[in-house]
Amino acid sequence: MHNFEFVKPSSVADAVAALANGEAQPLSGGQTLIPSMKARLNAPEVLVSLTGIAEMQGVSRDGGALEVGAATTHATVALEAASHFPGLAGLAGQIGDPAVRARGTIGGSIANNDPSACYPAAVLGTVATIVTDRREIAADDFFQGMFTTALDEGEFITKVRFPIPEASSYAKFLQPASRFALTGVFVAKYASGVRVAVTGASEDGVFRWAEAEAALSSNFDAEAVAGLSVPADGMISDLHGTSEYRAHLVRVMTQRAVRAAS
Amino acid sequence: MPKVMMKVNGAEAAADVEGRTLLSTYLRDLIGLTGTHVGCDTSQCGACVVLVDGQPVKSCTAFAADLEGAEVTTVEGMTNPDGSLGVIQKAFQDYHGLQCGFCTPGMVMSTAALLAENPKPSEEEIRHYLEGNICRCTGYQNIVRAVMAASGQDAGALAAE
Repeated sequence: MHNFEFVKPSSVADAVAALANGEAQPLSGGQTLIPSMKARLNAPEVLVSLTGIAEMQGVSRDGGALEVGAATTHATVALEAASHFPGLAGLAGQIGDPAVRARGTIGGSIANNDPSACYPAAVLGTVATIVTDRREIAADDFFQGMFTTALDEGEFITKVRFPIPEASSYAKFLQPASRFALTGVFVAKYASGVRVAVTGASEDGVFRWAEAEAALSSNFDAEAVAGLSVPADGMISDLHGTSEYRAHLVRVMTQRAVRAAS
Repeated sequence: MPKVMMKVNGAEAAADVEGRTLLSTYLRDLIGLTGTHVGCDTSQCGACVVLVDGQPVKSCTAFAADLEGAEVTTVEGMTNPDGSLGVIQKAFQDYHGLQCGFCTPGMVMSTAALLAENPKPSEEEIRHYLEGNICRCTGYQNIVRAVMAASGQDAGALAAE
């Protein structure tokens, strides 16, 4: 790994100042960034750790919404969100393994937008708002394809605001070697309708399955999507599964998520 | 280079680090605690797991500079005060929860984290919790037995594979 200057600010304002240097990159839990740097896929001159900023830590309830600080670890979300938003806590508790969950953070996961990561499904599957150091971004505008987001250079997430659904669940078909999702589906039921977000399947990263949303909004029952399918075109195909296999999993995991949520 | 201080196994430690110095490097090369093993160095195998403020962490995937002031426990810190093997270490010995022993420091530390949050885990819970710790010698049967024994449960109750 190439060496770099390490900076650890204790406030969002100090982090913004540190990141104003164009050679600087933010570091959260590092569970993806550090292996990438070891492989020399990434070699920042300055790393700005976001884990020492108190205002970016923790889970808090604000009326009908749950706010999660961007530097909150998966382990903390699994524990602290459980009584407010069990679907989200359940997802966080399935990420990686215990050691990854103790370091990895929600902000880091979403900003990276790995096409097989779990958290993007929860963010897109709710009507979540991503709050950054400079603006608020709706989940529907945030994810822009594999490893691509609406974040500008130097911009970083400070928290994510989730409207708490009436019922929700995440069904993950585990890829056991990487512990990412071979395909994962987050389903959330609101008074206004149902959202269905799929990760791990598409070459474009996380996506909403509109047909299933319509069917489940009129009848929130796993059988409501039994006759639906997504095309295999554009699905990921690799040694772990063909595009047809992943397309099939999209429906199967949607049904499992609905059954677990209802 | 900045000096990073931590409390490691109850003792104050200090060492000069670069930005890129990993916690595993800090422990092994800078303060001389080589019990922590670096297996894959790519965050896959779990051999390097230590406790940081009570939580299991892959020490090859954390920067030392990010852990200023942290309380770290390594496998060396798992012994009894008189230097004899601690309960978890003894159980791994008694139940032969290892063959080559390379993965054992990480197995012991992940077990310590598991038992801290779940003192009487079931076999299924043990296997689930240790899924980030890879053993390439024995299979996992004796490791699971060791964890059962370390938690004061009947290791003999496990079905034979």
